[in-house]
Amino acid sequence: MNKQMTAADAVAQLRDGMTIGFGGWGPRRKPMAVVREILRSDVKDLTVVAYGGPEVGMLCAAGKVKKLVFGFATLDAIPLEPYYRKAREAGGLELMEVDEGMFQWGLRAAAMRLPFLPTRCGLATDVTRLNPELKTIQSPYADGEVLLAMPALNLDVAFVHVNVADRLGNTLVTGPDPYFDHLFARAAQQCFVSCEQLHERLELTAEQARCNTFERYLVSGVIHAPFGAHPTACQPEYGWDLSHLKRYAASAGEEGGWQAYVEEYVAAGERAYLDKNGGAERMGSLALPVF
Amino acid sequence: MSTTCEFTLAELMIVAASEAWRDNGELIASGLGVIPRLGASLAKLSHSPQLLMTDSEAYLVEEPIPLGPRGDFVPKYSGSLNFERVFECVWGGRRHAMIGPTQIDRWGQSNLSCVGDYHKPKAAMLGVRGLPGNSINHINSFFVPNHNARVFVSGEVDMVSGVGFKADRWPEGVRRDLMDIRLIITNLCVMDFDGPDRAVQVRSLHPGVTFEEVQESTGFPLLKSPSLKETVHPTPEQLALIRRLDPHDYRSAAIKGNPAGIRAA
Repeated sequence: MNKQMTAADAVAQLRDGMTIGFGGWGPRRKPMAVVREILRSDVKDLTVVAYGGPEVGMLCAAGKVKKLVFGFATLDAIPLEPYYRKAREAGGLELMEVDEGMFQWGLRAAAMRLPFLPTRCGLATDVTRLNPELKTIQSPYADGEVLLAMPALNLDVAFVHVNVADRLGNTLVTGPDPYFDHLFARAAQQCFVSCEQLHERLELTAEQARCNTFERYLVSGVIHAPFGAHPTACQPEYGWDLSHLKRYAASAGEEGGWQAYVEEYVAAGERAYLDKNGGAERMGSLALPVF
Repeated sequence: MSTTCEFTLAELMIVAASEAWRDNGELIASGLGVIPRLGASLAKLSHSPQLLMTDSEAYLVEEPIPLGPRGDFVPKYSGSLNFERVFECVWGGRRHAMIGPTQIDRWGQSNLSCVGDYHKPKAAMLGVRGLPGNSINHINSFFVPNHNARVFVSGEVDMVSGVGFKADRWPEGVRRDLMDIRLIITNLCVMDFDGPDRAVQVRSLHPGVTFEEVQESTGFPLLKSPSLKETVHPTPEQLALIRRLDPHDYRSAAIKGNPAGIRAA
């Protein structure tokens, strides 16, 4: 029961046209090592489902996104995700733009094998006008209230990045917020987990075990990827890399900027990526964000 | 105290923003951005200690966290409020958020998604974020650092991200009674939706600002509140709290040019 594999092994499972979810939130705990591996692959026409951070911008810049299911795309410290913005303003990107809460509701419906879950979110806004596939449903009880039926966001594959995992697929999220990685894992046919620390088998105290948010039966593969969330944050280990994010954002305004970014940071593989970003010493000491 | 004291426009707006959370009871006060967050923090430290707040990350605190690098200040957590729980609070209605949308219309509808044609926008913004859910489930207020007709648009906002009071936007059978929009704090004035049929009215003008100037800077007709007055000046006590909450003076960069609270004649 050894689920360890490489990022390339996991990405080799992808097919053109798949619906892929990415865990994390904005510039926080994104499975970026895997995203870079996708950038190195030929896979295309993806439907990307995410609380969007730089993975959304990068996959758009690389022309791999057919459709985006999202509530936002942001780098937080740099509010507007530069390549998402470019792709949006160029037109042609298919969109399902929904409320953040509707989004987790759709994942939850998929996780529970339900066709939809009811909510009020999205009603009386352009979310329903622009997404005619979103239907309403009337409460069958005496109140008769009309609610939005948020459809299940079923994923072919989900990628999440966690702090700690073992080869069996047990995982720990030790940062302050688990976000919705557990729902991504549950909503997907296959979930691949990248991790900062990989153990043979977790043997935890009860308190540590509380940081486990989903079961290993949901995990198809475990990828050891130290600093695998960089340039996004992976609390408590490291914060986001603002100077890298600034370099990335600036490239969007430069002629041939994306190609230059890819050549500098992506093309040569993860070992070169770590070296380019100052290695473990610098990356491990990136300050945690303070608000 | 009624002694005159020096204050900036940002400080005047922080005090005005704090009023949004007065008499709200026990709920989550979420101020997004420097001035709204300082407003919520000031409310909790002065007139409304019952408010719940977070460290802007994932934990509840009873003592509002000063903005930016913390020096010796060590947050004391009173509970957890990760994103999953934030949605539970939002959907349960016990929250009052103040945010700064890209556009606001006369019906209180707000836009955070994009400017221009949705399918090929002039400017893509953040995305709808939590606006659809926030706006239909709990109280909201708005913050506008640069009051102009591009924000306060003449027609409907380009992409209705947050619900408002426009009746024909509401499908039959949908509950409208769970939402409310309270104040709009701008660099010129404070407005509310307490006019006839929830029309926007100017509630107070910042020192030296005229109603006509506000009207000229707004894309739709405004009403004067029957109790229209000058925006209340910060007291020395409030200014001291603001300085404590914002030791790095982030508020000085919140409004372009960091103008004085009382305009030079």
